[in-house]
Amino acid sequence: MAKHKTPMLDELTKGPWPSWVDDIKGEAERRKANPDNIDYQIPADVCEDWLGLQELSYKDMETHWKHGGIVGVFGYGGGVIGRYCDMPQQFPGVAHFHTVRVNQPSGKYYTTKFLTDLCDIWDLRGSGMTNMHGSTGDIVLLGTFTEQLEEIFFELTHNMNTDLGGSGSNLRTPAGCLGKSRCEFACYDTMALEYSMVQQYQDELHRPAFPYKFKFKFDGCPMGCVCSIARSDFSVIGTWKSDIRIDQEAVKAYVGGEFKPNAGAHAGRDWGKFDITAEVVNRCPGQCIKWDGSKLSIDNKNCVRCMHCIAVMPRALRVGEETGASILLGAKAPILDGQQMSSLIVPFVPAEDPFDEIKEVVEKIWDWWMEEGKNRERVGETMRRMSLQKVLNVIGVEPDARHVKYPRENPYIFWKEEEVGNWDRPIEEYRKRHAR
Amino acid sequence: MAFISSGYNPEKPMENRISDIGPRKYDEFLPPVIKKNYGQWLYHEILEPGVLMHKAESGDEVYSVRVGAARLMSVGLIREMCAIADKHCGGHLRFTTRNNVEFMVDSKAKVKPLMDDLKSRKFPGGSLKFPIGGTGASTPNMVHTQGWQHCHTPATDAAGPVKAVMDEVFEYFTSMKLPASVRLALACCLNMCGAVHCSDIAVVGIHRKPPLKDHAVLDQICEIPLAVAACPTAAIRPTKIEIDGKQRNTVAIKDERCMFCGNCYTMCAALPLADAEGDGCAIMVGGKVSNRLSMPKFSKVVVAYVPNEPPRWPSLTKVIKQILEAYAKDARKYERVGEWAERIGWEKFFEVTGLPFTHHLIDDFRDHAYYTWRQSTQFKW
Repeated sequence: MAKHKTPMLDELTKGPWPSWVDDIKGEAERRKANPDNIDYQIPADVCEDWLGLQELSYKDMETHWKHGGIVGVFGYGGGVIGRYCDMPQQFPGVAHFHTVRVNQPSGKYYTTKFLTDLCDIWDLRGSGMTNMHGSTGDIVLLGTFTEQLEEIFFELTHNMNTDLGGSGSNLRTPAGCLGKSRCEFACYDTMALEYSMVQQYQDELHRPAFPYKFKFKFDGCPMGCVCSIARSDFSVIGTWKSDIRIDQEAVKAYVGGEFKPNAGAHAGRDWGKFDITAEVVNRCPGQCIKWDGSKLSIDNKNCVRCMHCIAVMPRALRVGEETGASILLGAKAPILDGQQMSSLIVPFVPAEDPFDEIKEVVEKIWDWWMEEGKNRERVGETMRRMSLQKVLNVIGVEPDARHVKYPRENPYIFWKEEEVGNWDRPIEEYRKRHAR
Repeated sequence: MAFISSGYNPEKPMENRISDIGPRKYDEFLPPVIKKNYGQWLYHEILEPGVLMHKAESGDEVYSVRVGAARLMSVGLIREMCAIADKHCGGHLRFTTRNNVEFMVDSKAKVKPLMDDLKSRKFPGGSLKFPIGGTGASTPNMVHTQGWQHCHTPATDAAGPVKAVMDEVFEYFTSMKLPASVRLALACCLNMCGAVHCSDIAVVGIHRKPPLKDHAVLDQICEIPLAVAACPTAAIRPTKIEIDGKQRNTVAIKDERCMFCGNCYTMCAALPLADAEGDGCAIMVGGKVSNRLSMPKFSKVVVAYVPNEPPRWPSLTKVIKQILEAYAKDARKYERVGEWAERIGWEKFFEVTGLPFTHHLIDDFRDHAYYTWRQSTQFKW
């Protein structure tokens, strides 16, 4: 018998998509049966009380978690999201229900040994529930009591050689796409950059020293599989400078129908025979591709490297050999002044281990934003308040037409005094030429 | 339950403390075929929905089977995945940036036994533990947030509506019959954790009533200037109020200036605003993050409000299906939802989807709003 009746949640056990309700119920039963005879360090019925509380939220259509919660581990200013239920008498198992963010390995590759060891810790000291993964990338251990936080941290660091992720006004846990590990589009080693950056900036991640949160994300190419342009303050996106590599025989295999366009991504519907003119040449945003019936040519000087032709014909077209990355700055969600995607600040930067050129840009941005950014102002908002020109100046990059989608439409132009000549003009001199 | 120490000594908290070690290095976790061919991949194919093959310069192949997951999951389920990975994949697996799970094998012969095993596993209620799909022109997993499971500021739930939506669009997860991939996302308040602002079809929890004011405790539990500065429309000002003959510092809110974002509650626990009747979801469409063909786009609000209807949010799922099917029918190959809507024009978008256009959809936030109105005589009847 379940501890609480959950008629509404039970409706969510139906349908084909994996049911989290059935999964939690299963965990509740495992904890009750306790086949491994674990001496649970938080209430054994935590999952039952959690389901009960959620059922109440479904009935009330309002959350039942109290505002905020400040908990953590000594030495760090973040990593744990404190949470307390607002009906602790009825649901004592979730009176405390803190989340522990655990830093995930790049690309989210795991061995079963690692995951099982982590499950062992969490079985004993937590609710047995997780998020795999949080939106920023962390492994999320969902629900434990305050007394267990140091114990969990001790086990993570001593037994698993793994640290907490970030929370608060600091560098949050970086994330990247899977990059060179399993993708032919990757223009640089995103997993290596992610690891290098997270190790280099551990202090900035664990001890909040910023005006507000700051995120890194690393995409291997402009397809944006980790959404860095929308979901990180500092977005590094792979690109190339040299020509797209063309295998003419493979192009013919696509035209001949031997290879499936877009690797077969549209195979579930009859879109007709592959039409290279309609599907590739005419769709190119740079209008820089030609197909003469036997040969494909690309005017690379007019290519904007959008990836479309490469994505449609991955066996025939490859990214150029001279690779690196673009750096874009300032993405954020709407609060406070509206949503932003990152804006291009460095069109091309080399991206090879130890990634010094990228780190140099990061540190210049931080030096400036840590000084100038207002309380709870994302770097994208600081950039809007103080101008893109200021950012370019800070990182020492010459303004370039690539920095804008289009030039300004208003003539409210600031000039520097040194660009013009002396601004300190006596009115008397003016009056000698122009009577009052 | 008896307390079991990990070895941590609360009497000497800083003794034997390890810090700043970061995550484990990725190369400890790579399957051998991935490690061997790292950076040497030539091309890939999608063999069927949910199954990818990557070919390396060495001639090696890796087959990946992608399965849907609820993101919110138990250690029991993770252990079950580990058992599958031990049996078929040499003890390796990975998670995607959309919270699907990928099992990888190094030969084609190993794919079918793996898939058969995955397909055979169901939860007691009948839902699939490991539905295979999410590749190509499909609706992969829905990026989502904490909702009523764990957060204090939501205006809707996360895991519940996501399950309801994914059940409704399930056939598009397990097939590849759309014009392009359709990315779904949900955020339970307009902090928009995740990807709502840049997804093809997205749901965001909204409030419709101004905050309550707990004057009796406000000045004890809030930094008043932070609450004032938290308001995007400057609806909040500091004020004084008399309670039980005692003067208290508190805030006043101009209700007609408040658009219910809830950011003041984030900063000040004395300004709660959740409300069963007021809260619900807005639906946004047309965002994308990829640079393919067109530049990245923000999603746009096309439905200002649908009510919360737990446990299955029928109005919400109906509208999402309606948009998805209108797009599937009308859009050209490779065209994302936003590219389609912009090509046909937004007035046509509302016509073909059958969604009503209301005053709430016209931007009225600061300077930017003007640029969203139509400074042209070009429009369709």
